[in-house]
Amino acid sequence: MRTRPAIRFAPLALALAALVLAALVLAAPTARAADTPDPVADAKAFQKFYTQKFPKVKFEDFVNGPYSMNEDMHRQWEEKEQFPPYEFALEAGKEMFSKPFKNGKTYADCFPNGGIGIRQNYPYFDEKEGKVVTLELALNRCREANGEAPVSYVKDEMASLTAYMAFTSRGKPMDIKIPNDPRALQAYENGKRYFYTRRGQLNFSCATCHVQSPGERIRAEILAPALGILNAMPIYRSEWSGMGTTSRRFTTCNSQIRGVPLNPQDDEYRDLEYYLSYVSNGLPISGPGARP
Amino acid sequence: MASSIRVRATSTGDTTEVQALIQHPMDSGFVKDAKGEIIPPHFIQELTFEYDGKAVFVADWGGGISKDPYVKFAFKGGNKGDEIKIGWVDNKGTSDATTTKIQ
Repeated sequence: MRTRPAIRFAPLALALAALVLAALVLAAPTARAADTPDPVADAKAFQKFYTQKFPKVKFEDFVNGPYSMNEDMHRQWEEKEQFPPYEFALEAGKEMFSKPFKNGKTYADCFPNGGIGIRQNYPYFDEKEGKVVTLELALNRCREANGEAPVSYVKDEMASLTAYMAFTSRGKPMDIKIPNDPRALQAYENGKRYFYTRRGQLNFSCATCHVQSPGERIRAEILAPALGILNAMPIYRSEWSGMGTTSRRFTTCNSQIRGVPLNPQDDEYRDLEYYLSYVSNGLPISGPGARP
Repeated sequence: MASSIRVRATSTGDTTEVQALIQHPMDSGFVKDAKGEIIPPHFIQELTFEYDGKAVFVADWGGGISKDPYVKFAFKGGNKGDEIKIGWVDNKGTSDATTTKIQ
């Protein structure tokens, strides 16, 4: 008697199995579609995540990092901006930018529009080279092309130069393009993977702090949202008591999670900068910035 | 060379608010460089703000003050358009001075 119900249910089970199979077959193409990178949807989702997490923060305020996260910090930022600590670097950068190299050329000769108001277009994907070119990299290449020694990527001259170039581009929306080139899409994907991969002794990814916990404290610091984080580069950090570039931010982030940082402007960092800038498209350039 | 001092003074009626940012390494003499050698002390010892020939703010500083120091204070009096003199002297005898008009 006991087997009877089982037999009775057998056709039903078969039908169920068929349904599941059908569902699997139907689901397969959509699953594959989710695997192909879709930067436009990524950026939209990324920005939506932050605007929903912080409904009170104005969209363009995200570029102010921790200073956008609460009112108290915002007041501090306003006060700081009246007398910003990056002024000296800005002035030095302006001077360096206009001073000709030994061969008589200047930085302006290396860049479109004489290097003024172009920060929002960097990093870009160079289809000839097949790699991402950041502003810092372009600056050092400009030096080398004109017979000058490259400068350190992390601070001093590089920070001053990028500070000046960012300052002339203030308010312009970040405008990173991904050309129709599989290598560009690959660079974007690599950057995204780097951003979300956990590493270091602390097993943190970039996203652990800057997606999961912006606005929260990590010891005395308030974490900045990843959205718009590069728009404010380079930054004067009180903690460093000096200026730092995007390269400096990436390398110190990696050592703070007790990982071994890569070399500035390694392919991974360039791709990461590409990804992070792309998802912040539309946010205004606010660099140089000041951070606690 | 550009001045090492940035200063802004604003009158708010009875008082004048002064903000200044000074570019200086402010080495305490206790810090070692990457090679393990001590960075010799180099810091501002005296900072003076003068208004109308009188000192309105004098600071005796040492190695405990941070790099590129920032100062903000207010004093009674001061009219728009008047001049404020700012000067510093460091332990190596170097000095810099500038003036600004109260806004």
